Amino acid sequence: MEKTPDTEPRQSWTFSNDTNSEIRRAAATGIYDIRGGGAKRRVPHFDDLLFLGASMSRYPLEGYREKCDTSVTLGTRFAKKPIELKIPITIAGMSFGSLSGPAKEALGRGASMAGTSTTTGDGGMTEEERGHSEKLIYQYLPSRYGMNPDDLRRADAIEVVVGQGAKPGGGGMLLGQKITERVAGMRCLPEGIDQRSACRHPDWTGPDDLEIKILELREITNWEKPIYIKVGGARPYYDTALAVKAGADVIVLDGMQGGTAATQDVFIEHVGQPTLACIRPAVQALQDLGMHREVQLVVSGGIRTGADVAKALALGADAVSIGTAALVALGDNDPKWEAEYQKLGTTTGAYDDWHEGRDPAGITTQDPELMKRLDPEAAGRRLRNYLNVLTLECQTLARACGHNHVHNLEPEDLCALTMEAAAMAQVPLAGTNWYPGKTGF
Amino acid sequence: MCGIVGLFLKKDELRPQLGDMLTDMLITMTDRGPDSAGIAIYGEETEGMVKITVQSDTPEEAFAELDGALTSAIHSPVSMKVIDTHAVLTVADSVEAKAIEVLEEKGLRIMGSGQTMEIYKEVGLPKNVASRFGLRDMGGSHGIGHTRMATESAVTTMGAHPFSTADDQCLVHNGSLSNHNQMRRKLAKKGVFTRSENDTEVGAAYISSRIADGATLGEALEGTIEDLDGFFTFVTGTKDGFGVVRDPIACKPAVMAETDDYVAFASEYRAFADLPGIDGARVWEPEPATVYFWER
Amino acid sequence: MSISLDMAQTELREVNTTLQAAAKAQANEDYVIENPRGSHAVACGLDGPVSVTVKGSTGYYCAGMNKDAEVTVEGSAGPGVAENMMSGVVTIEGDASQYAGATGHGGLLNIKGNASSRCGISMKGIDIVVHGNIGHMSAFMAQKGNLVVLGDAGDALGDSLYEACLFVRGDVKSLGADCIEKELRPEHIEVLADLLAKAGADAKPEEFKRYGSARTLYNFNIDNADAY
Repeated sequence: MEKTPDTEPRQSWTFSNDTNSEIRRAAATGIYDIRGGGAKRRVPHFDDLLFLGASMSRYPLEGYREKCDTSVTLGTRFAKKPIELKIPITIAGMSFGSLSGPAKEALGRGASMAGTSTTTGDGGMTEEERGHSEKLIYQYLPSRYGMNPDDLRRADAIEVVVGQGAKPGGGGMLLGQKITERVAGMRCLPEGIDQRSACRHPDWTGPDDLEIKILELREITNWEKPIYIKVGGARPYYDTALAVKAGADVIVLDGMQGGTAATQDVFIEHVGQPTLACIRPAVQALQDLGMHREVQLVVSGGIRTGADVAKALALGADAVSIGTAALVALGDNDPKWEAEYQKLGTTTGAYDDWHEGRDPAGITTQDPELMKRLDPEAAGRRLRNYLNVLTLECQTLARACGHNHVHNLEPEDLCALTMEAAAMAQVPLAGTNWYPGKTGF
Repeated sequence: MCGIVGLFLKKDELRPQLGDMLTDMLITMTDRGPDSAGIAIYGEETEGMVKITVQSDTPEEAFAELDGALTSAIHSPVSMKVIDTHAVLTVADSVEAKAIEVLEEKGLRIMGSGQTMEIYKEVGLPKNVASRFGLRDMGGSHGIGHTRMATESAVTTMGAHPFSTADDQCLVHNGSLSNHNQMRRKLAKKGVFTRSENDTEVGAAYISSRIADGATLGEALEGTIEDLDGFFTFVTGTKDGFGVVRDPIACKPAVMAETDDYVAFASEYRAFADLPGIDGARVWEPEPATVYFWER
Repeated sequence: MSISLDMAQTELREVNTTLQAAAKAQANEDYVIENPRGSHAVACGLDGPVSVTVKGSTGYYCAGMNKDAEVTVEGSAGPGVAENMMSGVVTIEGDASQYAGATGHGGLLNIKGNASSRCGISMKGIDIVVHGNIGHMSAFMAQKGNLVVLGDAGDALGDSLYEACLFVRGDVKSLGADCIEKELRPEHIEVLADLLAKAGADAKPEEFKRYGSARTLYNFNIDNADAY
């Protein structure tokens, strides 16, 4: 008798192996999954946009010969001492505590060589980074760990963090493994305990209060420092408008692909808008208030290439900021540590348990032995190289579109490959003069 | 996000100064709300009559012969006072509903109505709004003012506070409600409609709907603590007084001052600086989730 | 001789510039601020030995980030008085609004009247003495330092507390998550006696109860999930 043919075993789309493994993990531990990094799901991104290079109707600029400026000045609205950068790419806030001292030093070295700024994070300012950063932005966060007037005055700008792209509306919980003696001391906490961070600032809520907080910060620092306000990309039109009304010099807008040291996975993957979708509403808010280019817009969250930089600028940003990409440039998730990633149950490119402090690359750790693996000088040079490449790529695209300054890139230099990207970036679908939401054809 | 001021006079002889005192308080709150400003003023009352405050962006056209037109439409005498973009039409209380219907049909925006309450609000800096309407010269028993920093709804006249959703009742708000869309739908099912997308208007509609259902104003304000989600400091005005309530988290600021002459409310102490006798006043902050009330 | 600055005629910027320069010069001068009229950020960012007396009530963030200076408000203080103070002494003769002494790292904040909600929120080493009562959510996530209250405390005192010590003489309406009453031992009595003396408070250390962290939230345990 002939055997009945078997059907192939069929996996559920809804209950995939990946989903089931998370259910089992949750059932075993009773705690949500906490990890580092940004959203891993696929969302519409800059890849879905293309530049319309010049040919007959516009004239391209000669590469390397004809000038294409990349400088940017941040904080021109109220501050006596705005930040002047050679390139429109800054290093985003990452805390000492989440990163090792040498990693912070490497960020400072690389950024300074490339002519740009670095940013502190949720752990105060260290000598390593102040000493090696020509321009250092001091973050003012809900936790206020290590906050003091001396560091406030020796910073080049102050960034009031209202939210971040990985978790708009969220505080956090950093498990205790990384709270070593030095980290604990800077944060006024006992060693080795979990750190529960607040989601709101302890002494103000809302833009009407924030305006007064900014007044205080300016009074303490002699009105010299630009005040940045960082928001997570969730309601970018309103948040940008309110930051302007509260008195911001610079707005940092972090889309959902923006990273974090440690946050609930559910937050990272399910809250916020893709970076691509955040820029146009924010620029619209600035334009509506007559403040575009007066209050500078720095966009972050998933910036990887010079093309991403150029596209963000074309959509109206004044600069971009990188975090995850900078860590990769330093050596994060490098294949040379594959054997060790395997031991941790992960693989190159997927390692995101930054909060556990066992980073084989020695970057997201406070373990003295692992820290030694990162040579801050060599890593700093890698970051400088990478920043230079991003800049050259961005210039290349700007020249191809006929611009003598990267800030002259505009939405009209772009077309979109997908309906989603066309709708989010409000640039025409390739081959048409139409994008969703635009009336007429 | 906003600044709130309120003043309730205990002594009748101070009535002519109400507008002057409130105007200074309002202008001091400009930083908290530079987008628009508004004021509800509880003034004179004529037995059996009701005042309807309307607004138009084209007042010259809209208010020309408006009293005559309204008189013939409702077959009842009308008197009209025009102040800038606003007009206050006084009609017999028996024809109030009909009059409002006619005015709305004419495309006028209804700011509010009541026996004593008049509402003036416009887009612009508080000092400009105050001078356009001549707020300084207005007298009355009590008044509530608001300066707005718009959060999510548009910067328009209709988005400005105070919001009035029933006769002689008005509400101003500092904060941001997080369940106003749901509540708006719920109220709409009951036949209670709002005129703007503003969260505060939903709060006002909620309060007046509870009162229409038989609740006292105190009970309606208690209800906001339970039924409205988000951050709020509310000040509500009625014909006889005003009430204050803050959400249980109570992050948005609120400060009160009381002397033998007045009870004052503000988002910041600064607003009290020019009030007479403030140095000897009892100054305190309203507790969270607690309803306060002053009535004559 | 004290130097007078009248805020009815002098802009905030000029007042603070003058005070900050005096503090920096270590001149040990005495200043009097007239007509503060509830202004914000008065005498903030002082960074050295200077004495400032404010004749009247202040707005937000008076004496913010104070270092070494002595600031006295002869009136009431608005939200966030002495926020993130590092050292020195800030005295409020009247009441303090919410967030008094928020995130303070050191020094003494002496409030003669009542303090509103969130007094000592996220404090990191400051000492706060409140002669009257304090409002709800006080000492939320307080990390380090001492909060002494001669009157009563509102709801959720010491919620999510770390290592700050809380001493309350009156009633506590409710304790926040992970905050418990603890034994008042001789070393605490010593700390209290010292703070009460510095603050000129008429109370005996033995009359107080001590509250501190139960430390059950220090390392995540599923059985405590309700407290998060």
